[in-house]
Amino acid sequence: MAKRLDISDLNIYYGDFLAVEGVSMAVEPRAVTAFIGPSGCGKSTVLRSLNRMHEVIPGAYIEGKIALDGEDLYGRDVDPVRVRRSIGMVFQRPNPFPTMSIHANVIAGMKLNNQRMSKAQADEVVETSLRGANLWSEVKDRLNKPGSSLSGGQQQRLCIARAIAVQPDVLLMDEPCSALDPISTLAIEDLIGKLKQDYTIVIVTHNMQQAARVSDQTAFFNLAGVGQPGKLIEMDATEKIFSNPNQKATEDYISGRFG
Amino acid sequence: MATVQTPPSVELSSPGLTRGKLPRYAPVVLLVLSFAAVGGLFAALGSFSVPLTVFLGIILYAVVILVVTTFVEGARAARDRLATTLMYSAFGLAVVPLVSLLWTVLENGLERFNGYFLTTTMRGVFGGMDAGGAYHAIMGTLEITAFATVISVPIGMLTAIYLVEYGPKSKLGRGITFFVDVMTGIPSIVAGLFAYALFVLFFGPGVRMGAAGSVALAVLMIPVVVRASEEMLKLVPNELREAAYALGVPKWLTIVKVVLRTAAAGLVTGVMLAIARVIGETAPLLIVAGVVDSANFDLFEGRMMTLPVFVYGQYTQGLAPPGPDSIITINYDRAWAAALTLILIVMVLNLIARIIARIFSPKTGR
Ligand SMILES: Nc1ncnc2c1ncn2[C@@H]1O[C@H](COP(=O)(O)OP(=O)(O)OP(=O)(O)O)[C@@H](O)[C@H]1O
Ligand SMILES: [Mg+2]
Repeated sequence: MAKRLDISDLNIYYGDFLAVEGVSMAVEPRAVTAFIGPSGCGKSTVLRSLNRMHEVIPGAYIEGKIALDGEDLYGRDVDPVRVRRSIGMVFQRPNPFPTMSIHANVIAGMKLNNQRMSKAQADEVVETSLRGANLWSEVKDRLNKPGSSLSGGQQQRLCIARAIAVQPDVLLMDEPCSALDPISTLAIEDLIGKLKQDYTIVIVTHNMQQAARVSDQTAFFNLAGVGQPGKLIEMDATEKIFSNPNQKATEDYISGRFG
Repeated sequence: MATVQTPPSVELSSPGLTRGKLPRYAPVVLLVLSFAAVGGLFAALGSFSVPLTVFLGIILYAVVILVVTTFVEGARAARDRLATTLMYSAFGLAVVPLVSLLWTVLENGLERFNGYFLTTTMRGVFGGMDAGGAYHAIMGTLEITAFATVISVPIGMLTAIYLVEYGPKSKLGRGITFFVDVMTGIPSIVAGLFAYALFVLFFGPGVRMGAAGSVALAVLMIPVVVRASEEMLKLVPNELREAAYALGVPKWLTIVKVVLRTAAAGLVTGVMLAIARVIGETAPLLIVAGVVDSANFDLFEGRMMTLPVFVYGQYTQGLAPPGPDSIITINYDRAWAAALTLILIVMVLNLIARIIARIFSPKTGR
């Protein structure tokens, strides 16, 4: 569990369109790395290329190298399905499977892959994952109700439970709190703080305070203009970025002078 | 030069939030009064007729309610009432043929529709004999349609899956969509000839068998299944596919266990529509499945009767020759009873599809 990611000279394309250019960075294990930057600068794009979800879009591809504990994720013999099994993802909008109960949603990763497991095993995974996602006490009496019967914040925590149930090495989160109220947001931030003991976490957020609160490292992305590729401007320890960044653009963005 | 214009003030006559309001029963009362007025007038003239009374009554009602509402509630409410009247009239107009059709079939079909009719064939029945039923035709229709469904559902669904999941923008995908559209327009008799030509290749000229009928029906069914399934698969949110991918689920398992499962209710309905579309087909079955009086359960051997062909056959025989025990209209009676049977089969299938769809549909309740 908890592996490091090394990204070097990453270019990301949507067909002919170069969306992100020349990103190199290291994502440390057992830590939270936050991606910040103005809308359209390619945060989601970079995040999705980390677990090979980017290539699901027709015509999309990358150049460069991404390594998980030294192993090239885009190597010739690498199966993207296996990559996604070890690098989980939580999306901006909660997306539990509407045809499944809460219980089934948590173990969806196993069920959809036809993995055999006994009832006792399944129950145990469900309980540990839901406890891990701080949702157990709220849903333990209605595990057989549909997943879509939960509130938005509960659904998002259900999606986190679903992602950690398959025990990935890395957890990617794309604006996991942007559809949630402050209390659910706080619950998820607490959860992230807890999860980072076991996982490598990358989180995209538009909320500066959130980045400052939860992350250890912060990466600031920016783009020169519309139609221009997004670039990594600087990456450093979060305190450094928020107190004394090296780049003027970072300081301007954080202090709200643009973007 | 820009000048700010004050908008003309509306409804100065009634400031405030309230306005005149007709009592709730007013429309009903006015409608009844309109009917009574028109009906009474015709009765006084001595030429009462129901359709004319209904027709003129509704027109009178529309005028009266428009005028009354304009005075009591204002112009906007009057237009609202007028639109409501038009809407209900259009609805009634659309329902009248349907109800009348069902009524006619019931009225004519119920006389012969009984256990005997459902369990007897036409073997050894002739003239105006008070005997014979549609058992062979019912079994034939069920078998041929079931086999047609077995052929067309896999082909149709797999095509739809390809179109939505693999080749939405590919050349092949566009080509398939084009040909599916063309196929939708194939006249059913041509499908029958096609099936005949196909089976001649294997069984020689003059071939008649139930399976050929199924192939002909499948030709008609496939485009309907493809179109309906395609729409249903498109409705599955992309987020669900991505959620499954992100859990390390391969694409094919995602399609089988997430996409198809989520769309299941709609897919069942689509298949049901396709079945309803072909179960009443007559022409192709007349060509390739043939006409026969006795029961034949073997799809791959010999002629097979079907309900639409049965209806057609009985109807074309016309009146039976008069005789001591002869029922002159027996052929027509059997035709109606078989038509009723066909309608009932479609209704039952519809009901089953609804139940299945309900079981499969995504749950939302708390
Ligand atoms: N499916 C797609 N096809 C083509 N171009 C895309 C696609 N998704 C994103 N892009 C483009 O890639 C660039 C980066 O988009 P991305 O979604 O990564 O931005 P972001 O930083 O996540 O923005 P936001 O903060 O608004 O979510 C944008 O110019 C966008 O238009
Ligand atoms: Mg984004």
